[in-house]
Amino acid sequence: MTEAIVKMDTPFADSLLDRVPAPLVGTELPRIDGPRKVTGTARYAAEHFPDGLVHGVLLRAPFGCGRITKVDPAEALAMPGVLAVIRDERMVRNGGGFAGAAAPVQGVEEVAYFGQPIGLVVADSLERARAAALCVRLTFETAPGVFDMVASRETALPPTDDIFGLFLIHTEQGDVAHAASEASALVDAVWQTPSQSHAAMEPHASVAIWQDGQLTLHGSYQSPVVTRDQLATVMGLEPTQVRILSPFVGGGFGGKLGVMPEAVAAAIAAQQLGRPVKVVMTRQQVFEMTGRRPMTYQRLRLGADAAGQLTLVQHDTITDQLTGEVFFEPAGLATHLLYAGANRQVDHKVVRTNKLLGVSMRAPGEAVGQLALECAMDELAEALNLDPIEFRLRNEPERHPETGVPFSSRALVACLKQGAARFGWPTRSRDPGAFRDGEWLVGYGMSSAARGNLFGPSRARVRIEGDGRVTVETEMTDIGTGTYTILAQIVADLLGVELAQVDVRLGDTDDPASAGSGGSWGATTSGSAVYAACSELRVRLAAAAGAPVDAITLAGGVLTAPGIRRPITDLVGNGLAVEGVAQPGESNTRLNQTSYGAHFCEVRVHAVTGEMRVARWSSVFAAGRILNLKTATSQAIGGIVLGIGGALTEELIHDPRSGKVVNRDLGEYHVAVHADIPAIDVHFLEERDSVANPLLAKGVGELGVCGAGAAVANAVYNATGVRVREFPITLDKLLHGLPPLTSATSRT
Amino acid sequence: MPWIEANANVAVTLTVNGVSHRLELDARVTLLDALREHLRLTGTKKGCDHGQCGACTVLVNGRRINSCLSLAAMHGADNITTIEGLGTTDALHPLQAAFVAADGLQCGYCTAGQICSAMGMLEEWRAGWPSHVGEHAPAEAITAAEIRERMSGNLCRCAAYPRIVEAIQRYAGDEGAST
Repeated sequence: MTEAIVKMDTPFADSLLDRVPAPLVGTELPRIDGPRKVTGTARYAAEHFPDGLVHGVLLRAPFGCGRITKVDPAEALAMPGVLAVIRDERMVRNGGGFAGAAAPVQGVEEVAYFGQPIGLVVADSLERARAAALCVRLTFETAPGVFDMVASRETALPPTDDIFGLFLIHTEQGDVAHAASEASALVDAVWQTPSQSHAAMEPHASVAIWQDGQLTLHGSYQSPVVTRDQLATVMGLEPTQVRILSPFVGGGFGGKLGVMPEAVAAAIAAQQLGRPVKVVMTRQQVFEMTGRRPMTYQRLRLGADAAGQLTLVQHDTITDQLTGEVFFEPAGLATHLLYAGANRQVDHKVVRTNKLLGVSMRAPGEAVGQLALECAMDELAEALNLDPIEFRLRNEPERHPETGVPFSSRALVACLKQGAARFGWPTRSRDPGAFRDGEWLVGYGMSSAARGNLFGPSRARVRIEGDGRVTVETEMTDIGTGTYTILAQIVADLLGVELAQVDVRLGDTDDPASAGSGGSWGATTSGSAVYAACSELRVRLAAAAGAPVDAITLAGGVLTAPGIRRPITDLVGNGLAVEGVAQPGESNTRLNQTSYGAHFCEVRVHAVTGEMRVARWSSVFAAGRILNLKTATSQAIGGIVLGIGGALTEELIHDPRSGKVVNRDLGEYHVAVHADIPAIDVHFLEERDSVANPLLAKGVGELGVCGAGAAVANAVYNATGVRVREFPITLDKLLHGLPPLTSATSRT
Repeated sequence: MPWIEANANVAVTLTVNGVSHRLELDARVTLLDALREHLRLTGTKKGCDHGQCGACTVLVNGRRINSCLSLAAMHGADNITTIEGLGTTDALHPLQAAFVAADGLQCGYCTAGQICSAMGMLEEWRAGWPSHVGEHAPAEAITAAEIRERMSGNLCRCAAYPRIVEAIQRYAGDEGAST
């Protein structure tokens, strides 16, 4: 197989995508997997039924810290249809990390958090396994644990690892204390964000099948190769002995990156019993034993001079995590670069708690960090008597304010200005509580948005068959992001074939490894691999036609060049295949790459009850080339809605006595529902980022959530005059400060 | 414990999408699990198994229910419609086509429930069932606010909400125009 490599060492001045006569890339093409999803024929992990399939139900620890001293399976084993109660030292206590082949923490004798998996009951039906799981008798010893991060914050220590250099632990420059003492206006306050659950609609599920020493696992995973490597390590196998299939994934949001306990349990049980085993987590288990966005306690200290120039930017975060785990919530990520200011400090510390594993959740760091930063900016703008947009414009940096590195592209100012115009920002009253419409106090709020753009190695095989059909194969996944469609669009454009001629096969670890779905990099990394393969195929087709590659046009299945017109099927023989490889290079570090945006919203707060309703929303984003306007807009909406939920309703509540997730279901953990969400106006600016990748595109998937909740909080303040710095902003936190019912001027 | 040791199977004939299936089921099998695990009609999804997310919504005699909250053995006399009974990839039901056109889906896991729920919801609207929004006027086209209120039992974590509302509104408008 020929390899074609695109390595980002120099900018891509000229993308082939800009030479396509009538491109599909950039259009609002409906997703090509849509018909399968709306008819229920897309098959997800739990929807496979190999012969002899039996059902496993996970057992969980009903205490927060200590160890299991005895497991009595006798009663369960005596029940009809029960095949085994499995306890195995290879079982994992925590889920796996988002990268690397290291095994997650194994051994389920010790219990580090409430709800931790401790075994598996297998029976010939789900009903029998479920009933038997209730009859396994546990004896255990509890030990003192740390369950309250805020109360234990004095024990916080720096994180032990900077996660491949992606998460800076501590940076400082200038003199923050001096800047604080000299500032004309200062905000110094603490914002708190709670643990959150990814709560993907599809619970984690695995069907494990062993055959001839090979393990095949139908799983719901964002990055099947990472899952495969970790599962192989856990099981003591070579990666080549494990195959994971995840062609459809019912949502991930970071909660399905590393291998999770159900996959390990299914693999062990299937091996032990010699028959396929399905393990599907209950919703409660998803909440208790997969992962969460860690809670944060963020101190923001911002100072400015009388001219409204920031002189001080300080962001100190305390977060929590299980002992021994390296991931931490990097809440200061965007603070490094969003605004100018000479004296700066960004710091992170971690309290080791006995609570569910902390993992990446959609825009780790930026989502919660910008809640605090963008609210603090709103407060400081008010202290300076400046419009919050004007305040941001005065602090727009020319270059990265810490490193001095230029930005590859940065359209924050345009996003702020266009967003303000689309929303009608100038009609806002700056006085909080001044706008009342009947029983409702009305407020407008805004925030900036920023999300770092990442690039990672990714591979894809593109094959033109003898009949002219084209197949794309990569281990990359589509978790709702639009990958199937975007890759097909790129191929159709670059090879000049009809969309219906393109088959995209995803989520199989036997295919070329990708960077997976995460970090907003899925479309750009896998798309760049496809681009690399198609570029080489164009060279081959040109050579077969005897034309210089720069002179060819591919359209409608035909290659044309001066004096040449040949159907592609005449040029490929029995078929042509190239494996495209996208590799990060110097470009990805020489310049700072970030996607930007601005959010604007109207929130109505009931003057009597404090009930909050988001009534209107506009966001403007700049993220390089938009590959599919329809799916990108959906991604943006999804992020914004996550931000609204995070601002107003979402909170994973831990019992301070045990760390137990109290609200471990969708009835008590409140994600946004239809009635919470108005029409959302999303607009993308025209932009090309030639430094990012050959597509000239940047990441979109996580940008929407960044800052969105801060816009809500700032609007709530504008409506009521109440600053709530402890998220979510539930009405009980507003009631004490609502304006007297007679005070506001009605505009109706 | 006799309630567990009892190996009580029940015979039930489920009529799903016009086809009758004679089944011998553990009495504890929910309608949802009967559809997914026994009939392998996996278009209907299990998101929470507690009636909290709506992913398992099916139509029973034309009315939407959470199939996870109902035992299969209770449905011997019923006509059950699942997502597989609406349209096929080659011949989408107009509501399914409206979801694709509006991008009223992302990961696709809640989608069957959203679509079945919308079918039942629009029947409720036409039949004059009230809602909290209180704008009810069945002779008129359903408003976005009514759709949001009446669809709030169907969660979508990808948050395709505005586009689901658009799809339902478009379909309801076309239906209204054609009748």
